[in-house]
Amino acid sequence: MGILEKHVVLEKNATLLLIGSLLVVSIGGLVEIAPLFYLENTIEDVEGMRPYSPLELEGRNIYVREGCYVCHSQMIRPMRDEVERYGHYSLAAESQYDHPFQWGSKRTGPDLARVGGRYSDEWHVDHLSDPQSVVPESVMPKYAFLADRELSPMYIGDMLETHRMVGVPYTDEMLENAEADFLAQSDPDSDYDDMLERYPGAQVRNFDGHAGVSEMDALIAYMQMLGTLVDFSTFIPDASR
Amino acid sequence: MSKKPVQKKEPETTGHEWDGIQEFNNPLPRWWVWVFYLTIIWALWYSIAYPAWPMIKGATSGYLGFSTRANVAEDIQKFVDMNATLETEMAAADLATLEPGSGLHNYAIQSGAATFTTWCSQCHGSGAAGAVGYPNLLDNDWLWGGDVETIATTIRHGIRSEDDDDTRYSEMPAFGDDYLEAEEITNVVAYVMSLSGGEADAAMADAGAVVFADNCTACHMEDGTGDREQGAPNLTDALWLYGDSKEEITAIVSEGPFGVMPAWSAKLSTSQINAVAAYVHQLGGGE
Repeated sequence: MGILEKHVVLEKNATLLLIGSLLVVSIGGLVEIAPLFYLENTIEDVEGMRPYSPLELEGRNIYVREGCYVCHSQMIRPMRDEVERYGHYSLAAESQYDHPFQWGSKRTGPDLARVGGRYSDEWHVDHLSDPQSVVPESVMPKYAFLADRELSPMYIGDMLETHRMVGVPYTDEMLENAEADFLAQSDPDSDYDDMLERYPGAQVRNFDGHAGVSEMDALIAYMQMLGTLVDFSTFIPDASR
Repeated sequence: MSKKPVQKKEPETTGHEWDGIQEFNNPLPRWWVWVFYLTIIWALWYSIAYPAWPMIKGATSGYLGFSTRANVAEDIQKFVDMNATLETEMAAADLATLEPGSGLHNYAIQSGAATFTTWCSQCHGSGAAGAVGYPNLLDNDWLWGGDVETIATTIRHGIRSEDDDDTRYSEMPAFGDDYLEAEEITNVVAYVMSLSGGEADAAMADAGAVVFADNCTACHMEDGTGDREQGAPNLTDALWLYGDSKEEITAIVSEGPFGVMPAWSAKLSTSQINAVAAYVHQLGGGE
C-alpha cells in the first residue's frame, strides 16, 4: 500500500475523519484570521480618527435600531465611479470603533460613509421627516417621529463602558464626563471646550433646531460626523493592500 | 458479426458486496486527476504572484505588484489626463462670454450636469425644480442674482455657510418673537399676499401695508420687489420658496427662514464650479 492509498484508513474511520477535518479547517482558519490581529498593516495609522462622542454614539445606536444599514452602506469601494461620487475610498481605520461595523450588504439608497458635511442640518431634518419633500423619487420611509422622542443621557456612561469592553479606547475621563459631553454637543450655548478636547473635530450645534436633545439631534450629529474625521491631507496610501 | 470488446483483466473491486452486486474500485479518470494537480500548482503560483501569505509584519505583496489602490488611482488619472486641456480651459474660462454651442460650453453643460446630479440634486431636485425651502433653478426668480458669474459665486461660497467667510449672509428676523403682535403679522401677511395678486381681505391688507412700511422695506423695498444685494426675495412675483398658503407665509414671518447652502469651493474644483454654474444658467432662468 503506497502513500496515496493511506487515505483509506481515514475514509473507513468516521472518528479519525472528523478529527482530520477539524485539523485541516483550523489550520485554514489560523492562517486566514489570526494574522489580521497582529499584522501592522491591517488597520493603518491615520490622523484624526477618534472614538465617537457620546451624542454621535447615541445617534449611531438609532441608525442601527432603525435598520438604516439595510438600505445604506458605509463602505466606499476603491473604484473610480464610487470615488468620484462619494469621495475617498473607505479605510479600515474608519470603522475601527464600530461595533458592529456598518459596511452594509446592499445599496437601495446611497452610500453614507462620507455623508458628513455634505448637506445642511436643515436638509437632514426635512429629509428624515419626509424624504419625498426634497427627493420626490425617493423610496425612503419617513422618520419624523425621531424629532418627538427625547433622548435621556442616563445610560450613556454605561454605553461607553460597554464599547470600552470590546476594545474602543474610551478613557476614564471620557466615561466620567459622558453625560455632560452628551448634553454639551447639542447645545451651542454650553461650555463645550472640554468636550472638544476629548473629541477633537466634534461638531457642536442644535442639530434639529428644537430645544432639548431628540433622537433626531443624535442621528444628525452622527451623520454629520461620518467620514469627516480622517485627515486625508496627511494620508499616504500604502500601495500593498 | 460484431466483436465483443476484449476485457483484458477483471477490474478490482472494493470488496464490498450487497446481494451479489460488487463495487468497482476504478481509478479516477486521467484528465480529472491532472486538472486537480494543475489547480494545486495554480494556487501556489497565485499566492506568489499576488498578495497572500501573512508574515511577521505584513503580508507578502506578490511579484506582480498588484494593488487595488494603485489601480483606482491609475484609473482616475487616466480620465484626468484625458480631460486635462478642457479642465484647464474651464477653470480659466470667462463664464459671461462662454459661447453657447462652442466646444467648451458643451463640455460645461455635460460635466456640469454630472456634477449637479452628484452634489446638487438632493436639495434642488434631479430636474432642478427645487422643493419647499430649496429654490427652483428653472424659473426667473433669483434671490441673489441670476447671471452666470453670480451663480458661480453663490455656489463657491454658499449661503449662510459656516465654513466660508465670504458666504452670502442675511437674516430675516423672526417677527413672531418680540417684534410684532399676532394681529400685525396677520395683517402684513394679507398685504404680502395682495402684492402678488393673491386673495386677501382689503381692510387687513391696508393695515398690513403700514406694518410692512415700518418693518419690511429695508430689505424687501417699498414696492416689495426685494433686494438681491441682501438676498431678500421679490414678494410681487407669486413665486414662493416656502409655500403660498396663508399658514406658510405666516410661519415664515413669525419664525424667520434661515436656509443654508454649503460653500462648495472646498469640495468642488474651480472648473467643476464653473461648469455647474454654466449648466444651471442655461436651464431656463439664467440672465
